[in-house]
Amino acid sequence: MGPFIEVLIAGLMAGVLYSLVALGFVLIFKASGVFNFAQGAMVLFAALSFVRLMEFLQNTFAPILLSLAITIVIMIVLALLVERLVLRPLVNQPPISLFMATLGIAYFLDGLGQSIWGSDIYTLDVGIPKEPLLLFESVFEDGILVSSEDLVAALVAGVLVAGLAVFFQRTRIGRALRAVADDHQAAQSVGIPLNYIWVIVWTVAGLVALVAGIIWGSKLGVQFSLSLIALKALPVLILGGFESVLGAIIGGLIIGAGEKLSETYLGPLIGGGIEYWFAYVLALAFLLFRPQGLFGEVHIDRV
Amino acid sequence: MFYREAGQFKSSYAADQAAFPIAQDRIFIGIWLLIGFVAIPLLSNEYLFRAIFIPFLILALAALGLNLLVGYCGQVSLGTGAFMAVGAYAAYNFWIRIPGLNPLIAFVLAGGVATLVGIVFGIPSLRIKGFYLAVATLAAQFFMDWMFARVGWFTNYTPSGSIAVPPISVFGFEFDSPVRRYMLCLTILVLFAIVAKNIVRGRIGRGWMATRDMDVAAEIIGIRPMYAKLSAFAVSSFFIGVAGALWGFVHLGSWEPLAFDINRSFSILFMVIIGGLGSILGAFLGAAFITVLPLFLNQLPIWLGIEISTAMISHIEFMIFGALIVFFLAVEPLGLARLWQIAKEKLRLWPFPY
Amino acid sequence: MKLTWKLAVSTCAIAVLLSGCERQEEEAATGGEVNAAEQFVPLLVYRSGPYAPNGIPFANGLVDYLNLVNLRDGGVNGVTLTYEECETGYATDRGVECYERLKGKGPTGATAVNPLSTGITFALTEKVAADKIPLITMGYGRSESVDGSVFKWNFPLLGTYWTAADILVQHVGNLSGGLNKLEGKKIALVYHDSPYGKEPIPLLEKRAKMHGFELLKIPVTHPGVEQKAAWLQVRQNRPDFVFLWGWGVMNSTAIKEAAAVRYPRDQMYGVWWAGAEPDVTPAGRNSKGYNSITLQHSSGRTAIHADIIEYVHGGGKGAGPEKDVGHVLYNRGLINAVLLVESIRTAQGKYGEKSLTGEEVRWGIENLNLTAARIKELGLEGMMQPVKLSCSDHEGVRRARIHQWDGSDWQFVSDWIEADNSVVRPMVDAAADKYAKEKGIKKVNCTS
Repeated sequence: MGPFIEVLIAGLMAGVLYSLVALGFVLIFKASGVFNFAQGAMVLFAALSFVRLMEFLQNTFAPILLSLAITIVIMIVLALLVERLVLRPLVNQPPISLFMATLGIAYFLDGLGQSIWGSDIYTLDVGIPKEPLLLFESVFEDGILVSSEDLVAALVAGVLVAGLAVFFQRTRIGRALRAVADDHQAAQSVGIPLNYIWVIVWTVAGLVALVAGIIWGSKLGVQFSLSLIALKALPVLILGGFESVLGAIIGGLIIGAGEKLSETYLGPLIGGGIEYWFAYVLALAFLLFRPQGLFGEVHIDRV
Repeated sequence: MFYREAGQFKSSYAADQAAFPIAQDRIFIGIWLLIGFVAIPLLSNEYLFRAIFIPFLILALAALGLNLLVGYCGQVSLGTGAFMAVGAYAAYNFWIRIPGLNPLIAFVLAGGVATLVGIVFGIPSLRIKGFYLAVATLAAQFFMDWMFARVGWFTNYTPSGSIAVPPISVFGFEFDSPVRRYMLCLTILVLFAIVAKNIVRGRIGRGWMATRDMDVAAEIIGIRPMYAKLSAFAVSSFFIGVAGALWGFVHLGSWEPLAFDINRSFSILFMVIIGGLGSILGAFLGAAFITVLPLFLNQLPIWLGIEISTAMISHIEFMIFGALIVFFLAVEPLGLARLWQIAKEKLRLWPFPY
Repeated sequence: MKLTWKLAVSTCAIAVLLSGCERQEEEAATGGEVNAAEQFVPLLVYRSGPYAPNGIPFANGLVDYLNLVNLRDGGVNGVTLTYEECETGYATDRGVECYERLKGKGPTGATAVNPLSTGITFALTEKVAADKIPLITMGYGRSESVDGSVFKWNFPLLGTYWTAADILVQHVGNLSGGLNKLEGKKIALVYHDSPYGKEPIPLLEKRAKMHGFELLKIPVTHPGVEQKAAWLQVRQNRPDFVFLWGWGVMNSTAIKEAAAVRYPRDQMYGVWWAGAEPDVTPAGRNSKGYNSITLQHSSGRTAIHADIIEYVHGGGKGAGPEKDVGHVLYNRGLINAVLLVESIRTAQGKYGEKSLTGEEVRWGIENLNLTAARIKELGLEGMMQPVKLSCSDHEGVRRARIHQWDGSDWQFVSDWIEADNSVVRPMVDAAADKYAKEKGIKKVNCTS
């Protein structure tokens, strides 16, 4: 029983980490219907900016806070540029064109990030504890090992989701965002400025990317591979539904637990290395029952 | 004045229903065929064949296949690399397990296997739509990557799981030189393009387009969505499977599963969208654009005599490539093929607009 | 109006593209008439993308040594070494394009190709045979290509993965008090799920059968950013040793995850591509005690580095930051270049001191005999063992040491260990024969 619980917990934690990346996708999809494939590149770009700024500012009084502030400014500028140069010219285009445009943004950011900040590997240490914790040693043989790093990540993700929920439900901007998500034209007609909303959404997505980048970066080291984490977030996204913040979390938990359990218990029987595709198959299986994801919005087609 | 259909009268149904009813189009295509079959083989060097033309032709075939699915039937797929891998590995297995098999037959059989796999992975499309489907096709991508790496049978139990194929020879004719390989790819591509052109203007193609534009409406007017969607997956996978077999046998010669990874899927989807959704011409234009542009961007600083580091060149290449994609989408979201169409409309009157 | 603008822009773009192609042709056409005393070396590198942290130091070492030979000695016996870098990004198709672009450059074409990627190696194996250009895969590539009678153009210098796996087994055997003491022990192989990572499996399986240890195979899917499940399996099975066959981000992640499940790092042994600074620094102090096999050398500077700093970096021509000179992968690039230059020198002894063709250089590599005295003369003493190739042995040397990360630098923890050729060679012959049969290659007679 011990090992099973351990794998389960590890999976749930990994799932939360995927959710962090998936959240960025959800925010943008919800508010603008754009499937933003550049989210992975944004994670990399934010983390690279942060870690390199920290290096340059290491002799100042508060390198972490300063570089955090500057990175946030960078992400806001990025959001402004994306809105002005990509979204506005492409307004009213089919979703697939917008999706392609975000792939273009992803290429651009990969190139830009590496040419400004370098393509080496950078160690990021923001003081997240790394020593694993051993729990319930008296209950199970060997106890249950929990990575404290993942625990911190889970906490951060929880705070982030709660914050976003409050932001969406309680603030004026949040309500405007939800209105835009429901119907662009109706929102515009009651006086919600669409462009302004997009900038805000991309900024928030950029900040989520920064948080994800810091957590993943302190786990893996900041390097190009961070942008590939987006691929781990996609099954979370389709399972939870593109439009649901809650879905991203629940989806992450299910995917994380599912893939780790399958890898540990099913993997050895068929050669191992299955977690990558298993996550997608799991999501696919859910989709067959709910084609819009667990918490996605049901669209009714009229002819 | 150059592109005018005035004065071209159709006096029979056959003439009216021809694939290219306008004389200028026929001349235009004739010129391209001449360039492809005569001019390029005479004028090119080995580098152009091996590094540009052969990959371009094979990827154009794959893009053509994907365009049938995405552009005509509206089902977005991110699993192109996987279907190419199916084609390549199937061709390898047919070739190794049936002694003396004609490679061309192996390619066709490989396309057949890809068709079956395509239908299986097309089944979710009956329930799932849009980006949900796109991401779901990634399941095919990762599953195939895993399967070809893991199951020894597919690679004939080579210790490392990589594959090496022999030189291609058909009826004792060796496709060894780059020119011959180029001609082989070109011939196959032209044949497939003709097939594609005729499928999309026939009943099946019209069914696909109706499904793409509005599946509920299509169903009401009597198009079976299951038939339309699965047939699109099947035909598209056949094209892509043959392209994969060519990629493995003609272009690479030896490969590992990573040769058909997700980046391959993305680059082919790029070709389709930059070239123009729902356009045969677009698949060619897109493939040319995506194949040549990175190489061009990479070489540009060297031609211009600018001294910058290899790393910087490659980063700038990424940035310009990304920016150009956004730019082209902003200028013409319907792709390069649409630009060609606009050009044709202009050429009707130009240079005497009034 | 708007349409015209769109048209104009796209016409421009297409025109620029076309003119680019023309330039390409012109260049190819004029490529043949350059200064005769030049030797062209194509460099397939990756300085961007996911593997850049590993690719950059390697490329720097390679380039710095070529520059050193030019700046200090005026080339190899007066023949200047020229080179051009081409970014592959570790992608097979880009690598093939780079190869095609560079193979005809210089007065006599490419000297030899170092693809630095298993995938590109596979794709080029046949092409180089047709183009008569040697393919140097130092410490990677196909293990069976040691057999020069089948793989005439491949040179897996200084060690293949089978060699590496064999030495690792011997080392952990020594630690356990003899190979026979491995009986009943467990060794886990955590590997990159690709031909590269799977290469050592046949040898480890053979050794497992010989000595009665249990081999646990744990694949990690590319790119290896998420390995929790793999390491939980390690925790549950408690292997006595873990062999790590990773590349890029997978290595540092593996060390971190090992720490997270409290697997002792000093029982972990990486292959030589999992034993450089970028692999251990991201995990910080958790990497302390981690071991890896070396490809002859470790980090550190010798006489040659002093020369590089004086002549190359001193003249402002250094390829990377000076502080990175002497890192593990830098040294590997350096040794790769040394072997290439010494091969050219050997070939010049037979064919004369002029620009050599790939075919002539191939002879030079195959007849390379780098003695201990010559290594000392080159300023590489302590970095490598003597290397001697032959027609049937394209590897040259099968000895390696183990080094350990002490938290700030690599330290050797073993003596030289030689791979047991009675174990490895039969596998090489069998695999090479199978390849020859599939491909219809006629074997070269090596005895004559």
